[in-house]
Amino acid sequence: MTAIASLRGVERIYAERLKALGPFDLDIREGEFVSLLGPSGCGKSTALRLIAGLLEPSAGEVLWPHGKPPIGFVFQDPTLMPWATARDNVRLPLDLLRVPREEADRRAHAALERVGLAGFETDYPRTLSGGMRMRVSLARALVARPKLLLMDEPFAALDEMTRQDLNDDLIRLWRDDGLTIVFVTHSVTESTYLSMRTVVMTPRPGRIAADISLARTPAPDPAYRFAPEFAANASKVSAALRDGMKAAA
Amino acid sequence: MTRALRYVLPFALGLAVLAAWEFLVRAYAVPQFVLPGPSAILSALIADFASLMASLWTTLRITVLAFVLAAVSGIALAILFSQSRILEMMLYPYAVVLQVTPVVAIAPLIIIWVGFERINVALLILAWIVAFFPILANTTLGLRSTDHNLIDLFRLHGASKGQLLWRLKLPSALPFILSGMKTSGGLALIGTVVAEYGAGSGTATGLAWRIIEAGNRLQIPRMFAALILLAGLGIAIFYGLAFLEYLLLRKWHESALPEER
Repeated sequence: MTAIASLRGVERIYAERLKALGPFDLDIREGEFVSLLGPSGCGKSTALRLIAGLLEPSAGEVLWPHGKPPIGFVFQDPTLMPWATARDNVRLPLDLLRVPREEADRRAHAALERVGLAGFETDYPRTLSGGMRMRVSLARALVARPKLLLMDEPFAALDEMTRQDLNDDLIRLWRDDGLTIVFVTHSVTESTYLSMRTVVMTPRPGRIAADISLARTPAPDPAYRFAPEFAANASKVSAALRDGMKAAA
Repeated sequence: MTRALRYVLPFALGLAVLAAWEFLVRAYAVPQFVLPGPSAILSALIADFASLMASLWTTLRITVLAFVLAAVSGIALAILFSQSRILEMMLYPYAVVLQVTPVVAIAPLIIIWVGFERINVALLILAWIVAFFPILANTTLGLRSTDHNLIDLFRLHGASKGQLLWRLKLPSALPFILSGMKTSGGLALIGTVVAEYGAGSGTATGLAWRIIEAGNRLQIPRMFAALILLAGLGIAIFYGLAFLEYLLLRKWHESALPEER
């Protein structure tokens, strides 16, 4: 598989003193679902923002061998515009691209349908539950048909069942759209369940402690959560996380 | 508590107070130049209705115009500040100077500069000075309080500066702007009245002038009548703006929504 993005010796230093990240080398390959896993404050979000181009690296570079693809970004909070309906929120990326109104409405409707929110087009965020807001946020990230989807602990604030549902929906979307997903999380079980590759990071300044490939069929599989190989994979990831923290201490 | 009670209760209290007032004034034969009863005030209001309404119109016109000018200039300047930090650093202190200097103190100067023959322009400037700052300050704060993640999202999708302003910053500043406008509405009226006082007798014809005139002639019922019109105007402005706020925010903002189900 070819790399869609390559981070080469990337570092990020805040306020000229605090080193948050790096040096960090990572190839993100086309079509893979990769999790960035690490303790709080290890620079996972920083890495994601560097990939998105929302931050500039203090050193090193982010390379796009085939040009920078369209990117979708999902934040930790739903980050919706409270004054806009679900449809208008989803339409935003299209509006910014000046897609004609009718087409934008149609695509926003389709995107909402895909995340299970058909019929909620005219609801305001305030009237939706936390899980539904996150679904709107996901629909907004997908509506402009990104190649690369960057997700920053998107489900961390949701209850367990909602989170499991969204995990399965995400896997389905990943498969159907042929997306490349970089998923930041601090949950071992979530990264193990979701991704075919987990990049374990050390505490600040974040470096790569381990790069673990997991056998994962690209399909939602609730039974996998309780399978012995899930436990084996999770403990492998967990051990790598502990080693990374020990090495840094 | 029923909805009707919310309106009935204050109204009943008002009536009771008026009745007691009328009764006490009559029972103790309080002279009208000390405290006129409600009936005397009402007759003064009816007798001088034409001139009082003309004065109300004068005051209202200047107040509304000053408020609109304050809203437009306050929002425009805040937008400029949000686009240029340097401009904000340069100009903000002067906006504060304008705000902290008592309008009574500047009134004579402005009136002399503008001239008595254009007294309404002078009043307008003075009322604008008073009303302008809350809108500037609140809009500036509102524009700066935009969710940073949303700004990032707009940037990620290649939003232009204009799109960022119109689609994100202004809508998210709207509750702040409206709150500033509610403060400014009342201040525009206060500014107009204070300026009318500053302008003194013979030139201005607003409600403040009616109050001075009635005071000079010891026509206290007439003075009360003018006061009541002034208070009513203030209340109308406040609730008018509160209603505008409700209309604009009712669908999405926490402040306008019923409590959690």
